[in-house]
Amino acid sequence: MLDYLASLAVFAGIYALLGLGLNLVWGLGGMVNLGLAGFFAIGAYASALSALHLHFPLVAASFFAMLLAAAAGALLAVVTARLKGDYLAIVTLGFAEVIQLIAGNEIWLTNGTDGLSAIPAPGRGTLSPLAFDLSSAGIVWLVLAAIAAAFGRLSAAPYGRVLRAIREDEMVARIAGKNVLSFKIGAFSASAAVMGLAGSLYAAYDGYVAPDSFDVLVTLLVVLALTAGGVGRMQGALVGAVLVVVLTEGTRFFGGLLPGLSALQVASLRQGVIGLFLLLLLRVKPDGLLPERIRVHPLDDEGETTR
Amino acid sequence: MPEPPLLSVRALTRSFYGVRALAGADFDVASGTITALIGPNGAGKTTAFQCLSGVVPPEGGRVLFAGRDITSWPPERISRAGLVRTFQIARGIPRLSVLENLLLYAKAQPGETMWSALIGGCRATARRARDRALAIARRLDLIGVANQPAGALSGGQKKLLEIGRALMAEPKLVLLDEPIAGVNPTLAERIAAHLESLRAEGITFLVIEHHMDIIARLCDPVIVMAEGRTLRTGSFSEIAADEAVQLAYLGMPA
Ligand SMILES: Nc1ncnc2c1ncn2[C@@H]1O[C@H](COP(=O)(O)OP(=O)(O)OP(=O)(O)O)[C@@H](O)[C@H]1O
Ligand SMILES: [Mg+2]
Repeated sequence: MLDYLASLAVFAGIYALLGLGLNLVWGLGGMVNLGLAGFFAIGAYASALSALHLHFPLVAASFFAMLLAAAAGALLAVVTARLKGDYLAIVTLGFAEVIQLIAGNEIWLTNGTDGLSAIPAPGRGTLSPLAFDLSSAGIVWLVLAAIAAAFGRLSAAPYGRVLRAIREDEMVARIAGKNVLSFKIGAFSASAAVMGLAGSLYAAYDGYVAPDSFDVLVTLLVVLALTAGGVGRMQGALVGAVLVVVLTEGTRFFGGLLPGLSALQVASLRQGVIGLFLLLLLRVKPDGLLPERIRVHPLDDEGETTR
Repeated sequence: MPEPPLLSVRALTRSFYGVRALAGADFDVASGTITALIGPNGAGKTTAFQCLSGVVPPEGGRVLFAGRDITSWPPERISRAGLVRTFQIARGIPRLSVLENLLLYAKAQPGETMWSALIGGCRATARRARDRALAIARRLDLIGVANQPAGALSGGQKKLLEIGRALMAEPKLVLLDEPIAGVNPTLAERIAAHLESLRAEGITFLVIEHHMDIIARLCDPVIVMAEGRTLRTGSFSEIAADEAVQLAYLGMPA
C-alpha cells in the first residue's frame, strides 16, 4: 500500500510539473500550448538516451532534457508567433503528434514502438522497491517545490504582469513598450523546459519510455487538471494535478465494488465518472478551485484599507 | 529661428479595402502645445493615430518624431521613444487592477525579465514605479479604485485610466483619442484641467475631440481633417470662421 501511495505521489508530482509549465504559457500568457506531450516526450527521451548511452547521472540528464525541450519550445514559439486561440492549439497539438511519430519511427535513435528500457535512476537496483519509490517521490516533490517557488515568483513579479497583459490584449502590451515576441519566446521555452524536466523524471522513475506514453491523453489530463485547479494561479496547477491523479487512480478500485462488470466496462465507467466530477466541479466553481486573484497593493501613506 | 516641431507628419496614406482613410495627411505638432485634431466622423483621425503609433503601418508618407524618422517602427519602440497613444474605445487590461495597469506602462521595470524576476531585482526602482503609479492614480481620482480590476471601472474611469497609463510611460507626446467622449460635463472639465496642468509640466498633447467648447478653451492650434487630408490649421476662431471647414462638417455652408 505504501509503495502504491509513493508511486501515486511520483505521478502526481510529474503531472503537477506539467501543470505548472502549462500554467505559465497558457494560464498567464494566454497561449494555448497543446504541445505539452511533445515537450514531455523530448525530455523523457533526451534524459533516457543520455543516461543510457552517455551515462549521464540524473541531474545532468535532466539539464540536457530541459535544454532540448526549451530549444524546441523557443522554435515553436517563433513559428507560431502570430497564431492565437484555436489556431495555436491545432498547430501545437500537431507538434506533439509529430514528436510522437518521430519517437515511433526513428528506430535507430528511439528503438521505435518497443521503447527504451533499463533506464538507470538513482537507487534503482540498490534500494528496495519501496525505498526506491519513496526516494523517487522525495526527489520529484523537491524538484516540484523548487519549480513551484520559481514560477510563483515569476507570476507575482512584473514579468507575470506583462504575460497577463499579453494574454488579454497584445496590442496594449506593445503600446506599453513591451517586446511581446521575446516574452512569448521566453514563456514558451521556460514552460517547455519544465515539461522536459517532468519527462526526465518520468523516464528515470519508470525506467521505460515508449511512444504511447506521450499521446494526447496526457495533454488532455493536464489541461483538465489546470482547468479544475484554477487557470492563472500556480497553486491551482498543483491542486488540480493532485486532484486529477487521485481521481484517475482512485476510480481504479471501482471494479471491486461493482462485480459483474467486464474490465472494459469498468474502464469506460471510470472515465465517465472523472468527466462527471470535473463537470460538476466547474459548474460550482467556474474558475476552478483556486481562481486567479487580483493583486492588491498597499496604498501606503493615504492610510487606505485594502481588501 | 523657430524650433522644429516635435512631430511632423508628411503625406501619410493608408487605405482599407479600397477606402482611402488617409489620402496624404500633413500636419505638425509643436512642443508644449495641446493641439487638436478634429474633423467629421470617418475623416481618418483615428487612422492617423494608428499609423503614428505603429499599430497600422502607413502605405506612404513619413512620420518624424523628436528629430527621428519613426515611420516603420514597431509600436513598442515608438512608445519607448516617448510617443504614447490612448485608444478611442478604452482598452485597459480587464483582469489586472488599476494600479497594475498603470505599472504595466512604467519604463525600465526591474523584474520584467525572467532572470530579474527570479532573483528579485532592484527594490528602489520598483518602489519608484509604484510611487509614480500611486501619484498618477491620486491625481486622476483613481486611488479609490486602485485595487479594482480595470474591467470593473465605469466608462469615465476607464477614460481616466487611458490617460493615466500613457502618463506612466513618461511620454514627450501623448495622442489622446476622444478623451472626453461619453463623459459627464463635470468630469470633462476635470480632464481638461488635468491636461492643462500636465502641459504646464512639459507634456505635449495631440487630442482628437468632437466637443467644440472644450477644444475652443483648451487647444491651440486646431488641425482640421476631412476625407483623409488636412484641410486647415489655425487657432480655434480662425477655424470656426472658415467656410471650407463649415462645409466639411455640415456638408453645406453655415
Ligand atoms: N481597420 C479598418 N478596417 C477597415 N476600414 C477602416 C479601418 N479603420 C478605419 N477604417 C475606415 O477608414 C475611415 C476613417 O476611419 P477613422 O476611424 O480614422 O475615422 P475617424 O476620423 O477617427 O472618425 P470618428 O470621429 O468617427 O472616430 C472610415 O471610413 C473607416 O471605415
Ligand atoms: Mg476615431
